[in-house]
Amino acid sequence: MSVRAVILRAAALLLLVAFVTAPQLFAFAFAPLTANNAPAIYNQGSLLALTLSHLRIVALATLASTVLAVALGIFVTRPKGREFLPLSRSLVNIGQTFPPIAVLAIAVPLVGFGEKPTFIALFLYGLLPIFENTLAGLTGVSPRTLEAAKGMGMNARQRLWQVELPLALPVILAGIRLSVIISLGTATIGSTVAAKGLGEVIIAGLQSNNVAFILQGGLVVALLAVLIHDGLGLVERAAARRLGRPLDGTA
Amino acid sequence: MPTLRPTLHLDRLGSVIAGLIALALFASPFVTYRANRIVSGEGRLLVDALPPAGALVTIAVVLGVALCAALARKPLVRLAAASLGLCVIFPAVGFSAGFVTPAGNTFARVSPAIGFWLLALAFALLATDALTRLRLGPWGRLAALSIAAGALALLLLSGAWNDLSLMKEYANRAESFWREARQHLWLALGSMGAACLVGLPLGLASHRVPALRNAILQGLGIVQTIPSIALFGILIAPLGYLAANVPLAAALGIRGIGAAPAFIALFLYSLLPVVANTMAGLSQVPADVIEAARGMGLSPRQRLAQIELPLAFPVILAGIRIVLVQNLGLATIAALIGGGGFGTFVFQGIGQTAIDLVLLGAIPTVALSFAAAIILDAIIDLTRRGAA
Repeated sequence: MSVRAVILRAAALLLLVAFVTAPQLFAFAFAPLTANNAPAIYNQGSLLALTLSHLRIVALATLASTVLAVALGIFVTRPKGREFLPLSRSLVNIGQTFPPIAVLAIAVPLVGFGEKPTFIALFLYGLLPIFENTLAGLTGVSPRTLEAAKGMGMNARQRLWQVELPLALPVILAGIRLSVIISLGTATIGSTVAAKGLGEVIIAGLQSNNVAFILQGGLVVALLAVLIHDGLGLVERAAARRLGRPLDGTA
Repeated sequence: MPTLRPTLHLDRLGSVIAGLIALALFASPFVTYRANRIVSGEGRLLVDALPPAGALVTIAVVLGVALCAALARKPLVRLAAASLGLCVIFPAVGFSAGFVTPAGNTFARVSPAIGFWLLALAFALLATDALTRLRLGPWGRLAALSIAAGALALLLLSGAWNDLSLMKEYANRAESFWREARQHLWLALGSMGAACLVGLPLGLASHRVPALRNAILQGLGIVQTIPSIALFGILIAPLGYLAANVPLAAALGIRGIGAAPAFIALFLYSLLPVVANTMAGLSQVPADVIEAARGMGLSPRQRLAQIELPLAFPVILAGIRIVLVQNLGLATIAALIGGGGFGTFVFQGIGQTAIDLVLLGAIPTVALSFAAAIILDAIIDLTRRGAA
């Protein structure tokens, strides 16, 4: 990464942290957008608390979907689970045609309002990219490498932990990154079902017709997503570098 | 490696599906009965949800499918069993609504319950697995899709589902349903069309001018990362300013809140797949093919139109497929900022905790994305075959 890119990201991070911890400092920038003396800065709760609870639910859901998706990915690529492989491939394709909001909306009548439906939607929807990439990563390990590992006397468990998973790791991490980004967006919509998160700011703005709220909510979510996307990209590249091969692509 | 199989082979996946069917049949309610639209309901098992003869036939068919799933190995047999199961439970849930609702009661609502959905899921899994193993070609997949769509249309037009809560919600809103449907399609397809008009030349330019490539891809990548509702929010401020200060913009119907920011956001999201795939498609055209075309005396414009674009077309089409499926889903969120579309029903339903209203918005959205994915995948396969 070039020096300019590092400085740009550091500045964006600093700006984000400054804004959510002391939003009043920025009131002057949002004041022109308000009408009738409406507040320029979100005043129905602390932006910091909303950001943290937003991040918490995304982190928890991603953790849960990673555990299940990687376990399922391992299962269907073992001899015992092979019968499920074709079906699981199609299911991943079909599942991705479901918009996240549909999952969220259908969960509400089943479990009520609040964090629960949001968690369920994030968890279910987050499974797909991770599972897909785990499959791609594990089935992408060349048969020759596996043969060599077998020839060295490794048993199935050792091959999985010492050969297959490390080789598949960068691809799995790419799936986790995609899943986190989708979850950040879905968690924002989660505010329509009363989950604590940054969507609240945007929705409050839409309800009270306060463009300043809408814009600051949008900017905080957008900055958060872009920075997390970049940060996870760095982790991915580090994992790929450990394998001694640069990750192709520009992302 | 061929192994010796016992004559009675228990299929692993089939056994899981059979277990799911048993769970759905005996442990979960088939329909939910509610005294009116918003109170919480009580579940009815399949045995109590249909007249005795009907219940008996339905249970027999469902158990037959379960047996088939566990024992039959031929994909065609499994597909036939799954289709039969679906053809029985879908009308059955409609008749059940008529049976469970007391005569003359117009307030009572009957909805499919978890048991029905589990059965539908189990049969759909069985059918999907069989279809995957059959490895249908593009035409076969299109035919399967049209048969499914035809069966669904027949079910809805025959009125078999009219007593279900979902269809009652539809009947109360038939007019606005089709209005929102048009709006949804206009948002999704219109922004896709605009993205193609802008994205194809942009992709071509970044293929030809390497200096542009990174800047364009990175810029669009950042846009792609921004969650939809945040991007809507960011667009509302400048559009609102434009509407307030530029009379022409206001005359064109551009306002801060409404369809305009949704359309522009969907357009921006669509650009990356179109541009990236146009570039990828063009760069995979073999250099010697272009060289040969040059040797034949084709001008750069002719090379582009007759050689490069046709060869890149399947890859470009794959980008358009991504955009279409993504847009059909994302257009649901437009309702949040007053942009209309099927999301209107989803968000109304969330507000009223009326699951059937949510489904009235969600099911058409999912069905559209699903059909779009199958149709475009088939077209991509056909063009690949043509290009090869």
